[in-house]
Amino acid sequence: MTDATDRPRLRVATAWLGGCSGCHMSFLDLDEWLFDLHERADLVFGPLTDVKTFPDDVDLTLVEGAVTNEDNLELARAIRANSRVVASFGDCAVTGNVTALRNGMGEPQAMLERVYVEHPDLAGVLPTEVVPGLLPTAQPLHETITVDVYLPGCPPSADRIRTALIALLDALSNGHPLPDEWRGPEDLTFGN
Amino acid sequence: MSLVPPRSGGPRPNVPVVLDGEEVSAYEGETILALARRVGTDIPTLCYLDGLSIHGGCRLCMVEVAGDSRLPLACATPVTAEMEIRTDTTALRNHRRRVIELLFAEGNHICATCVSSGACELQDLAATNGVDHIHYALEFPRTDVDATHPKYVLDRERCVLCTRCVRVCDEVEGAHVWDIAHRGNSSTLVAELGKPWGEASSCTWCGKCVLVCPTGALSFKGRSTGEMRHDPDVIEFLTRLRDEGEWVDRQEVSS
Amino acid sequence: MAGPIDLDHVTSLEREARSRYTHRALVCSSTACLSAGAAGVRSTLEADVAAAERSDEVQVVASGCPGLCSRGPLVRVESRGQQPTLYEHVDEAAASTIAQQHLIEHRDQAEVDVVDPELPFYAKQVQVVLANAGRIDPDRLEDYVAAGGYHALESALRTMTPDGVIDEIDASGLRGRGGAGYPTARKWRLLHAAQAGPGGDKYVIANGDEGDPGAYMDRTIMDSDPHRVLEGMALAAYATGASKGYVYVRAEYPLAIERLERAIRAAKRAKLLGRSVLGFEFAFDVEIRVGAGAFVCGEETALMASIEGRRGLPELRPPYPTERGLWGQPTMINNVETLANVPAIIRDGAAAFAAVGTAESRGTKVFALAGSLQNTGLIEVPMGISLREIVDEMGGGIPDGHRFKAAQTGGPSGGCIPEHYLDTPVDYEHLQQLGSMMGSGGLVVMDDTVSMPEVARFYMEFCRDESCGKCAPCRVGTVKMYDFLDRICRGVGRPRDLWHLENLCKTVRATSLCGLGQSAPNPVFSTLDHFRDEYLALLRDESLAAPAPHGVANSDALPNLRGDT
Repeated sequence: MTDATDRPRLRVATAWLGGCSGCHMSFLDLDEWLFDLHERADLVFGPLTDVKTFPDDVDLTLVEGAVTNEDNLELARAIRANSRVVASFGDCAVTGNVTALRNGMGEPQAMLERVYVEHPDLAGVLPTEVVPGLLPTAQPLHETITVDVYLPGCPPSADRIRTALIALLDALSNGHPLPDEWRGPEDLTFGN
Repeated sequence: MSLVPPRSGGPRPNVPVVLDGEEVSAYEGETILALARRVGTDIPTLCYLDGLSIHGGCRLCMVEVAGDSRLPLACATPVTAEMEIRTDTTALRNHRRRVIELLFAEGNHICATCVSSGACELQDLAATNGVDHIHYALEFPRTDVDATHPKYVLDRERCVLCTRCVRVCDEVEGAHVWDIAHRGNSSTLVAELGKPWGEASSCTWCGKCVLVCPTGALSFKGRSTGEMRHDPDVIEFLTRLRDEGEWVDRQEVSS
Repeated sequence: MAGPIDLDHVTSLEREARSRYTHRALVCSSTACLSAGAAGVRSTLEADVAAAERSDEVQVVASGCPGLCSRGPLVRVESRGQQPTLYEHVDEAAASTIAQQHLIEHRDQAEVDVVDPELPFYAKQVQVVLANAGRIDPDRLEDYVAAGGYHALESALRTMTPDGVIDEIDASGLRGRGGAGYPTARKWRLLHAAQAGPGGDKYVIANGDEGDPGAYMDRTIMDSDPHRVLEGMALAAYATGASKGYVYVRAEYPLAIERLERAIRAAKRAKLLGRSVLGFEFAFDVEIRVGAGAFVCGEETALMASIEGRRGLPELRPPYPTERGLWGQPTMINNVETLANVPAIIRDGAAAFAAVGTAESRGTKVFALAGSLQNTGLIEVPMGISLREIVDEMGGGIPDGHRFKAAQTGGPSGGCIPEHYLDTPVDYEHLQQLGSMMGSGGLVVMDDTVSMPEVARFYMEFCRDESCGKCAPCRVGTVKMYDFLDRICRGVGRPRDLWHLENLCKTVRATSLCGLGQSAPNPVFSTLDHFRDEYLALLRDESLAAPAPHGVANSDALPNLRGDT
């Protein structure tokens, strides 16, 4: 990293869609490098902040999780509309992964009835409040919005996240446009 | 066909070939793939396996040969004198990446829940060929797992239809338990014309199909995520020893 | 055992028998007319003639196909001292009228609609392969012999060496009619030079696995003139040293199979096939193999696998079939129409054949004319004729006041030709330059109501369903190309879908194992070349929040899963 002081601070967000938050756990595994990140960027949205609506003018958003319900869809669109660079963060965002295992099982309605009605909890009815409706299938993020960068892994290791963030922050703060097919760091791989 | 070079004392390679701009010597009749591996040039493969017949279905080992408008398969094309071969052009990289993406799109290759994660040839191909996401809508197929065999498991959603298992069972074990049923996108691996594997009486339990599987489609029962380790190289060893008559009682033969 | 057939004797007997009839009524009994009721027409004619006790003057014949299928059932009446009359749209009532007025009362013409003899549909045809179609009874060997059949085989066996036969084919310039246009003589020479293994045979295969949607040239040749195919095969076998032949016919052609079976039996009895053909030292036998409904089995390595009883999957080439084919022996596969040209070349000479057509594409080509035209059916035209002549004149133009939009040739491997190329001569090279191909002879004309992306989607659906699944690019690529096309056709495609579609098409073309996959993108490429605007008009803006495909509709259309309204 070059000297951070002579550059404007970048606005970084993270988002948690249909995933297990494992990618965010891995993000926290960045440990003391998080201080280095803070030197260069503000974390303006995400599970690690308490901001409720997605802010304007974000430089980089890491999106964890597949698009699996109505809230995910809405947030994904808000992210795209307000972010310069969107990164699919982890296998659920990149491929659908575990979240998308339900896709082969048919309509969500049948699944919901199986869980909430046939094997009832106390109420024995489908939840109608607070819980967002499921989409017919869970999909990778890039099937919903345009994604610039892909960071696979389940979860991506902290090292991999750091390598990607350094490259992205350098590119953003130097005003470099991202290449059309940005290939990312070389140690990309799905899974563990 | 074996990729193992002849033992010392045999003929020396004397067919001049240009491989990625470098002049190298090939053996008479050697395939492009054998030559490339011998001189340390990496050409991606998936259905090819030393010791088995050529299938030619995965198409990943395609190369460019000067004067040939098609893209010959390295595994099936013998070198000829003065052949100019390119193994790593932009066009080849793009084609390979797209074919790998197609394989991912076709199945449920969810590494996070796969027995073979970390030792999977498809996963390695994605990593080494720059596949960081799939451009094509994923199919999310739903097929039953066949866990009827006492020792092994078949998960068809992870099968890439390379037919290594079909060929090893037919050509090496001689049982021909496996084959492909249906066609096109409905192609599916079946045991004994569609029986549950555990009821396939022709299966000898030898496990060679499991050893050669490049993905998590065939695995040992009881393995959890990332615990499966295949051993496809054993087939080359077996067939070479068989070809060289290692298991024949030599005294009996000579007397 | 009886000796071999005496062709000249049979011919003169047949002529004599025919001279006793004043009328010969040929009822088309090919697939299209039969489905339109030709069987009832024939029995009506026979019954009425019998009731009038004129059966010894009037011959009613179940013939092959005269070609103008859109006006069937067709009845051709040949009367002594008169030009033949072709009645159209003949139902049983019309058949009675024909019987009464034409056959019994000897009027020149019955009061039933007839096809104008000057109709360009017929006037512009040059019939070599179809010379007998609709004019003979395909189930009678004698009819074929009397029309000059098997004379080429006899004269070749009597006067020509195998090399001489190949030289004659070479001089004729005949090229493969299955689509690719490979010079036929070159293939024959390869088989001629190849040595069968010890105790093995060399094989000749007639490829009748015609699978292109809308194409039925080979079917008609086989069901209207089956002996012509057998004679062509026998000549090919003599020229190349093959001793065994297979006709590979798709199971969807039961009539062709039935008539070929009868033809083979008759040819064997007449010693036109067997251990000593026509008494010469030349052994050749033919069997039929029936396909099981796979388009890919038209590909030659898959076809051979199917004949051997294995799964019909294509294999890597080389080795080519002429080196290692059926059961490992040298084998040559020719299209049915190619073989059907051979007897005429040997009988009338290479020069007569080569006098028709263009410098690079000699002879004629049979097309199955279909789609938005006044006249549809089977035509045989000289190579080099313009598409405009075929569409506007022979086809009679586009009905219902619509305009011509495109002509599709080559089926799922071919492409669409737009209006401004209508003057292109129809031959192998020109069609290929336009991004289409000659193909086996399907020619579908589309009017201005047709959406070209939907045409591409139709052909891609066909390829997707017919992919054998052996190689990954075709197996999955056809599914994904179809997905992109479907998305675009449904109006939810995005610009990047088109971009991915084009890239995927390139990869599938370059990397598929066999011709099915390699050519599957052709309809997409050619519609994009000539009608890109139609694709672009269907795309929706690449908005940042573009709805996801594949089941995830936009949120307005989402099913309500919470039970509230």
